[in-house]
Amino acid sequence: MIEIRMHGRGGQGAVKASFVLAEAAFQGGKYVQAFPRFGVERRGAPVEAFTRIDDKPVQIRSQIYYPDGVIVLDPTLTEVVDVTKGLKKGGWILINSNKNPEEYDFGDEYNVYIVDATDIAVQNKLGSRSAPIVNTAIVGAFAKITGLVEIDAVYKGIENSIPRFQEENKKAAKQAYDSIKSE
Amino acid sequence: MKKTMMGNYAASWGAQLSRVQVIAAYPITPQTLIVEKLSDIVADGELKAKFIKVESEHSAMAACIGASSTGARAYTATSAQGLALMHEMLHWAGLARLPIVMANVNRAMAPGWSIWADQNDSLSQRDTGWMSIFSSSAQDILDSTIISYKVSEKVLLPTLISFDAFFLSHTVEVVDMPEQELVDKFLPPYKPEYKMDVNDPRSFGALTDEQYYYEFRYKMQEAMDQAIDVIKETCREYEEITGRHYDLIHAYRCEDADMIMVTSGTIAETTNVTVDTLREEGHKVGNLQIRYIRPYPKKDILAAIGGAKKLAVIDRNISPGYSGIFSQELKSALYNEIDIPVRSYIAGLGGRDVKIEDIKDIAYNALEHDEPNDLIWKGVKK
Repeated sequence: MIEIRMHGRGGQGAVKASFVLAEAAFQGGKYVQAFPRFGVERRGAPVEAFTRIDDKPVQIRSQIYYPDGVIVLDPTLTEVVDVTKGLKKGGWILINSNKNPEEYDFGDEYNVYIVDATDIAVQNKLGSRSAPIVNTAIVGAFAKITGLVEIDAVYKGIENSIPRFQEENKKAAKQAYDSIKSE
Repeated sequence: MKKTMMGNYAASWGAQLSRVQVIAAYPITPQTLIVEKLSDIVADGELKAKFIKVESEHSAMAACIGASSTGARAYTATSAQGLALMHEMLHWAGLARLPIVMANVNRAMAPGWSIWADQNDSLSQRDTGWMSIFSSSAQDILDSTIISYKVSEKVLLPTLISFDAFFLSHTVEVVDMPEQELVDKFLPPYKPEYKMDVNDPRSFGALTDEQYYYEFRYKMQEAMDQAIDVIKETCREYEEITGRHYDLIHAYRCEDADMIMVTSGTIAETTNVTVDTLREEGHKVGNLQIRYIRPYPKKDILAAIGGAKKLAVIDRNISPGYSGIFSQELKSALYNEIDIPVRSYIAGLGGRDVKIEDIKDIAYNALEHDEPNDLIWKGVKK
């Protein structure tokens, strides 16, 4: 089983991103569980959401404290939230950012991946530069770095969980899939 | 067909597949997405039902009682304070012997204001004459809704299906949706022997003196007793068409267990996983999940305990002044039957997370101590 924690800001779609990720993994033949951090969400405040992916039905029904990977939807969050909290040694961090991986220092224990999901979203007319919708680009990037799901499963996941602009979202996912930067 | 869905929607689709005819709800906190989805489904014409927006939960249940009295299949959903406000009407639905099915998202009672998991809301309704289930997965919620209509309509008792806030209500997971045709074959339309009908007038709920009321209660108890077999038979029928097995209890690795954990709701599933890891460590433990608290499956519970030497109950609820409610029920079932120590733990009130590590701690504590006890607060801040 792999456990993923998603960091975003309220209103940015972190919860939706965890659902789209789960849907993509489900389309890839996996069992999944996705849920928000159980609380009251405030717009702009840091929020978390979680996804579990396994080959058999997921029975653990508690929140995730020791994720295998962390996804950061908003680049400014790395300065205000300890995004590596509880992250397993050897775990990965996927950040939506226009910086280079070398500019982040989380120590040697983790693998850092960068994708400019904001730019990809804007290019595909998904939201605006100040409020981009980065979910699908992030899921495309996730598929690439983990190899857990094929890009086709991501496309199917988009078809099943995103009602509008499906082609644009698929393009965003593929662009992210092809443009990951790592150390 | 398998698809991903939130626990709340598993309840909505369970009601849709059951072809409910009347849905009554009060759309404000602590109401959930369950009826919001149903109002969409009805508005879109995907379900031929009347959606009645009422002014309180008390009225929601009153509307369901009215609808069910006329022979309609009635549904509603609520949570915490909303369920408490229905209390009077719950007794009415029970004694009027109306097969209403209701979902309740288990949320803590206020104050302090809470929207998090806690079973005290539905356990406070234990004695209203409703059959009462604690579901532990989205699949369980959907299947239990369909199964419950069939059971309720046979024994003429309403059913309350409860499930933990957030851990199920707002969690997306994979659910196998049965085809409508299959459900239609399993669950034919409701045809009561007696109903409120202007063309065939009768009295309902009239003044009942001591010559009759006592027998009403006796009949209700008889129906609860019969319900145990009806539930088993109906679950078997459902398994034949879906392949999914349900029962009043779910015993996991109990056959050869020295110690059995007794759990309910989502804690039960996390405990199954914990049992696997404890077994790997060499501890012969099992998990007995109580799905129905009414009717109480005493015989099944005693049989599942078998030759175990000790029990450890985890309650996400408390009867203040005594102890956890599942623990009390279990001890009363064991009395005069099986003489082994019961260790009782409270955990997870108000949505406090109950992790594998917490359940392990509880198991270790129970393994180390042989003396029975009434109450241990797991992880309380003093």
